[in-house]
Amino acid sequence: MSSMTTAANPVAPDAAGNVLLSIDNLGKRFGGFVALDGISLSVKSGERLGLIGPNGSGKSTLVNCICGALQNEVGSVTFAGERLNGMTGHQRTRRGLSRTFQLPRPFASLTLADNMRVPLLYTVASRGTVHGAGAIEARCLELLREVGLEDKAHRLPRELTQVEMRKLELARTMASEPKLLIADESMAGLTHSEVEEILALLMRLNAQGVTIILIEHIMSAVMSFSQRLVVLVSGRKMADGEPNAVMRDPEVERAYIGQ
Amino acid sequence: MRSSLFLVICLVVGAAIFAAALVLNNDYYFFAGYVVLQYVVLATAWNILGGYCGYVNFGSAAFFALGAYSTVAIHKLYPLPLPLLVVAGGIVSGVVGLGMGYLTLRLRGAFFAIATLALAVVLQTLIVNWDFVGGSRGAYIVRPEAIAPFGSYIKYLFLIMMLLAIGAIVVARLIERSRLGYGFATIRDDEVAAEASGVPTLRLKLIATTISGALMGMAGAPFPYYIGYLQPSSAFGLDYAVNSIAMPLIGGTTSWVGPLVGAILLGTLQQVATVTISSAVNLLIVGLLLVGFVIVAPNGIIGLVQKFIRHRPVAQVGRHKIEADASGHVP
Repeated sequence: MSSMTTAANPVAPDAAGNVLLSIDNLGKRFGGFVALDGISLSVKSGERLGLIGPNGSGKSTLVNCICGALQNEVGSVTFAGERLNGMTGHQRTRRGLSRTFQLPRPFASLTLADNMRVPLLYTVASRGTVHGAGAIEARCLELLREVGLEDKAHRLPRELTQVEMRKLELARTMASEPKLLIADESMAGLTHSEVEEILALLMRLNAQGVTIILIEHIMSAVMSFSQRLVVLVSGRKMADGEPNAVMRDPEVERAYIGQ
Repeated sequence: MRSSLFLVICLVVGAAIFAAALVLNNDYYFFAGYVVLQYVVLATAWNILGGYCGYVNFGSAAFFALGAYSTVAIHKLYPLPLPLLVVAGGIVSGVVGLGMGYLTLRLRGAFFAIATLALAVVLQTLIVNWDFVGGSRGAYIVRPEAIAPFGSYIKYLFLIMMLLAIGAIVVARLIERSRLGYGFATIRDDEVAAEASGVPTLRLKLIATTISGALMGMAGAPFPYYIGYLQPSSAFGLDYAVNSIAMPLIGGTTSWVGPLVGAILLGTLQQVATVTISSAVNLLIVGLLLVGFVIVAPNGIIGLVQKFIRHRPVAQVGRHKIEADASGHVP
């Protein structure tokens, strides 16, 4: 990937137009608190981007603004050449933007298979790529097989362990066949081997062509996964570039890791 | 089971019940049966919004009364046959349901419930002050003595309500097994996650309030003919609001069977109590049963039955426990 640039030179939309997501001067406040302050960022198709920052730096707010759970007051979000401002969450999901939640939010009264069925019915089926009850059923099981949950297809989410819950969350985002997947702390609270499992899953997805933004506090995972690293501090973008270069940035060290 | 086959079975069962009542040859059974069937419609309608989507509507009586009062208004302008009045009542209540959805669906939990209660109060005030439909004096609708080929008019009313009940159940079952049903279940579980999965939550909630409101209005449309003298306090009665919530909760809220079982059980019990004890005891029965069920069987009778045959996962769209969350919201 040619996306490894230095902090001073973030990825710019290129002439070929393969920038998938472009955020321009994004701002969001909650009352008097400025959560996001003029964030500009672009993500290329197929890229693996790491997004880090201390707690409260605005990572989840940024994700919420990108995915439509919150509406930004300032700036714009452009995805696949289309301006998303004002669009609801489901409209963005249908356009190929999908995210996991920091705390897993499964559909608690639906079986695992039915958890897969919902995005299939509401996004993929409306695009017309999957037809018929049989095909949808098969796809549900296939998705669960990909994350190793096939044997629990007819169980309820409350019977799952923490790592299985994370996998369910990822499988559900995969079900909507996203172009861009945002994994919001998908590995929090997991053991080392479980982190490796999730990382392998994300790498596999990326190899299939899915662009991925990984938000994570586990630095080893972020460093091994990301081709580019963005650091948010207090709602501002502090650094953007090749991961090792970013981590050596004294300002990042001071703000993120401590003196 | 295919929906057409299900409809045929419903019609056969309905016809059998009607025939049985005819054999008994006592108009009382039709009067009592009418009320039970009316509650089947109300409970099923309530459950489409309250059970499937998790939005508790305390304004059932308002939608029911709207149906009844549209009949009175149309009757005064130009008497139409009852089936058309039922359709008109459904349209009026459906439109108000849609409007209520637009105004209140950004609220959740207890706040939504209070808003629906407020709607009922506002509508009742409007009706009380609307002279054309009788205002606080009430309105007389003279029920024809007989109608061919049914004989007494109550048999005709009973039949209409039977068809409405069958219609409501078929609609509820269709929703449950469709894409819409999955969408409703995700709204009940987690709206943010639903949006993130591509579910247009606002549109689906509006569909639910419209269908639910329309069915309640249809249940109310024949009511003036049943009661003969319609006054605001009877049309907006607390019984309707309480019963249409209690019946699905007692039966079970996740499938069409729950409201049906709850309505038949509670409705019949109330009819029996009315003739043996007093109609005043009805709400006490509902209250006690509701308290009992919340403690013993929070998932209703259906949940209780499922617990006993737990060898396979629930076939219905989802299964959930009725419990209040921190904000006091009961799904």
